[in-house]
Amino acid sequence: MTDVSLPTTRSSNPFAGLMSGTVGPVVVVVSAILAIWYMAAVALNTPFQQEIYERASQTDVPLSQLVTDTLAQERPVLPAPHQVVVEIWNTTVEKKITSKRSLIFHSGITLSSTLLGFLIGTTLGILLAIGIVHSRVLDKSLMPWIISSQTIPILAIAPMIIVVLNAVGISGLLPKALISTYLSFFPVAVGMVKGLRSPEVIHMDLVHTYSASRVQAFWKLRLPYAVPFLFTSMKIGMAASLVGAIVGELPTGAVAGLGARLLAGSYYGQTIQIWSALLMAAFLAGSLVALIGVLEKQTLKRMGMAR
Amino acid sequence: MSIQTAAKRRIDMPALLAWFVVLMVIVGLFSPIFGPDYGVMDVPSLAVCLVILAIAGVRYELGFMRNLIGDLILGLVAATSAWLLVSTVSQHVGEAKLGFWALVVATWAASWLFVERLALWKSRSQSLARIVNLAIPAIFGITLLVLWQLVVTGAGVPKVLLPAPSEIWLRLINSVPTLWADFQQTFLKAVLAGYIIGCGSAFLIAILVDRVPFLRRGLLPIGNLVSALPIIGVAPIMVMWFGFDWPSKAAVVIIMTFFPMLVNTVAGLAASDAMQRDLMRTYASNYWQTLFKLRLPMAMPFIFNALKINSTLALIGAIVAEFFGTPIVGMGFRISTEVGRMNVDMVWAEIAVAALAGSLFYGAVALIERAVTFWHPSIRG
Repeated sequence: MTDVSLPTTRSSNPFAGLMSGTVGPVVVVVSAILAIWYMAAVALNTPFQQEIYERASQTDVPLSQLVTDTLAQERPVLPAPHQVVVEIWNTTVEKKITSKRSLIFHSGITLSSTLLGFLIGTTLGILLAIGIVHSRVLDKSLMPWIISSQTIPILAIAPMIIVVLNAVGISGLLPKALISTYLSFFPVAVGMVKGLRSPEVIHMDLVHTYSASRVQAFWKLRLPYAVPFLFTSMKIGMAASLVGAIVGELPTGAVAGLGARLLAGSYYGQTIQIWSALLMAAFLAGSLVALIGVLEKQTLKRMGMAR
Repeated sequence: MSIQTAAKRRIDMPALLAWFVVLMVIVGLFSPIFGPDYGVMDVPSLAVCLVILAIAGVRYELGFMRNLIGDLILGLVAATSAWLLVSTVSQHVGEAKLGFWALVVATWAASWLFVERLALWKSRSQSLARIVNLAIPAIFGITLLVLWQLVVTGAGVPKVLLPAPSEIWLRLINSVPTLWADFQQTFLKAVLAGYIIGCGSAFLIAILVDRVPFLRRGLLPIGNLVSALPIIGVAPIMVMWFGFDWPSKAAVVIIMTFFPMLVNTVAGLAASDAMQRDLMRTYASNYWQTLFKLRLPMAMPFIFNALKINSTLALIGAIVAEFFGTPIVGMGFRISTEVGRMNVDMVWAEIAVAALAGSLFYGAVALIERAVTFWHPSIRG
C-alpha cells in the first residue's frame, strides 16, 4: 500500500495520517458494518418482539426496552454480534473440549479433514503440474480436463460421494478429505504449471549451457521459480478445502463438525448456533490462510526472494 | 519429430508404449479371459481385438508406416478394440479375468500411443492444428469413459456404488422432463438471477469504491478476507430469511458472487497506467469519459476473470443452498433425495446435467470475453 501523505496536511490535521493508511479505513468500515448489523438486528427482530408484547398484552413499550429486547431474543431472525460472541465464548472456553457441545471439538473435526484434504490435494496438484510441464501429451490432454473439472459442481456431489463411500465401509475422515482434495488440487496445479514455466528462456538456456539434465533444471531453476506461485495457490487451495470439508459434513446426518452444526442449527432454528459456527469457520479460514502467509514470508526470506 | 528432440529424450515413450501393448497382448493370449472357463479364442470378437492390437504394436516397433496414415490406423485400431471390448463385456458382467484386463490395458496403451503420435504431428494448416488440439483432450475424455465402462461392468461393481456410463446415459434420456424441471428451477431462476444481481451490484459498488479512495483502502482488505471465507455457510440463514423457493438460493448466489467481482473490478480499474491516464487528461476528457474509454476497457480482463470464477461459484451456491430446504424440485433437492433412495444413476444424470450447464455457462462467458477483449495479448496470441 502506498502511504504518501504530504507533510503540510499532516501538520494541519493530526488525524490525517491515521486515515491515509490501511488500518484507519478498515477500522471505520468494520465499525460501520457492526453498526449496520445492530440496526438490521433490531429491525428484523422487531416484528416477532411485537408479537410477544401483544400476547403479553403490554401496550406501550418504550423504544429503549424494545431495542434491548430485540437484541436478547433466544431465536432471533438475525442475532446481534454480542449474542454470537457470547455463544462462541460459551461453547469454546466454558465447555470441555471433548464435549459434543464444544465448538472447538467440532472445529477440530472440520480442521482435520480440511488439512488432510489440503495435503493430498497439494501433493496431487504439484505432481500433476510436474507431469504437465514435462510432457507435451499430458499438457495437451490433461490440462483442458483439469480446467473443466472445476465447472463440475463437486460440492453438489459431495453428499453422494460420502454416502456411497460410507456404504462401502469407508467412513470418517477420508471421504470428507477427498472432497477437499478435489477442490484444492486445482488452484495448486494451475498455479504450479504457471510457476514451473515462469523461468525465462534465457535462464533455461543458461542451465542448458551448463549441460544440466531435466531433473537438475527442475530442482535448481524451475522449482525455486515456482515457490511464490505455490504459496499463492496454496492460500486459495486452503480456503477451498475448508469449504469442501464443511459441505462434506452436511450429509452425514449432522454428527459432528462445523457443517453439521450449521445443518443442526437450521433444522432447529437455532440462529445463534448457525452464526457462531459461521464465524468460527471464518476465523478458521482466516487463520489458516494467515499461517500460510507467514510460512510464505519465512520461506521467501530464506530463499532471498522476499519482496 | 526432429532429430534434436529425439536425441535429447532418453526414454522414448512411444516405443515403450508399443512394447507394452505387445506384452499385454501376449499376457491376454495365454490367460483366461472370462470366468468360469473362457480363453481368448473362445470369444471371437476379443480374438479379433487381440490380433489387431498385436499387429498395431508390432507394426510400430518395426518402424513400418511411421507416418500420418499409420497413426490414423493406430487410432482406428484403438477405437475398434475399445468398441469390441465394451460390446463383449456386457454379456459377461462381473466375470472378467486377467486376460480381459490385459486387453483393456493394451487398448488404453494403444490410445495413449495414438495421442503421443498425434501430439507430434507437424500441421501445415492452422485449422488442422486446431482440430488436433481439440482431438487430444477429447480422446483423453473418451478413453476415461471407456475405461470407466469396462472396469465397472468387467469387475461387476454394484450399481449403488458406481453406475456405468451407459446406465447413466439411459437414465438421462429417460427422465428428461424431471431433469428439465430441475434445471429450470435451479439454473434458470436461482443461478441466473443471483449471478446477474450479484455481479451487477458488485460492479456498481466497485466503481463507487474506486471513486472514493477511503472506501477502497477500507473495503479491499475486507473483500480479500471475505473471498477466502466459506461463504456457502450463509445458505441456511438465507433459506430461513427468504423461504424455501428460489429467491433464497438467488440470495446465496448474490453473496457468493459479490466479493470476487468487487475485488477484481477494483483491481481492474487500477490497471491503466499513469501514462495512459495522462494522455486522456491531455485530451481534456472528464472522469466519465476516462472511465468509459480507458479504464473500463482496461479492466475488462479482470472483470471477465471474476465472471468466469463466479459462473462456477453460482451453480455450486444454488445447489448447496437447496440442501437446506427447497420445494420438491431443483437439482440439489433431486441429488439429496435420490441419494437417500440409492438411485445413484439418477444422481449421476443430474450431475452430468450440472456439469454440462456449468461448462456451457463458463464457455459462454469465455466467448463473450474473447469478443470484448479482442485487443488483449492473451487473446491475440
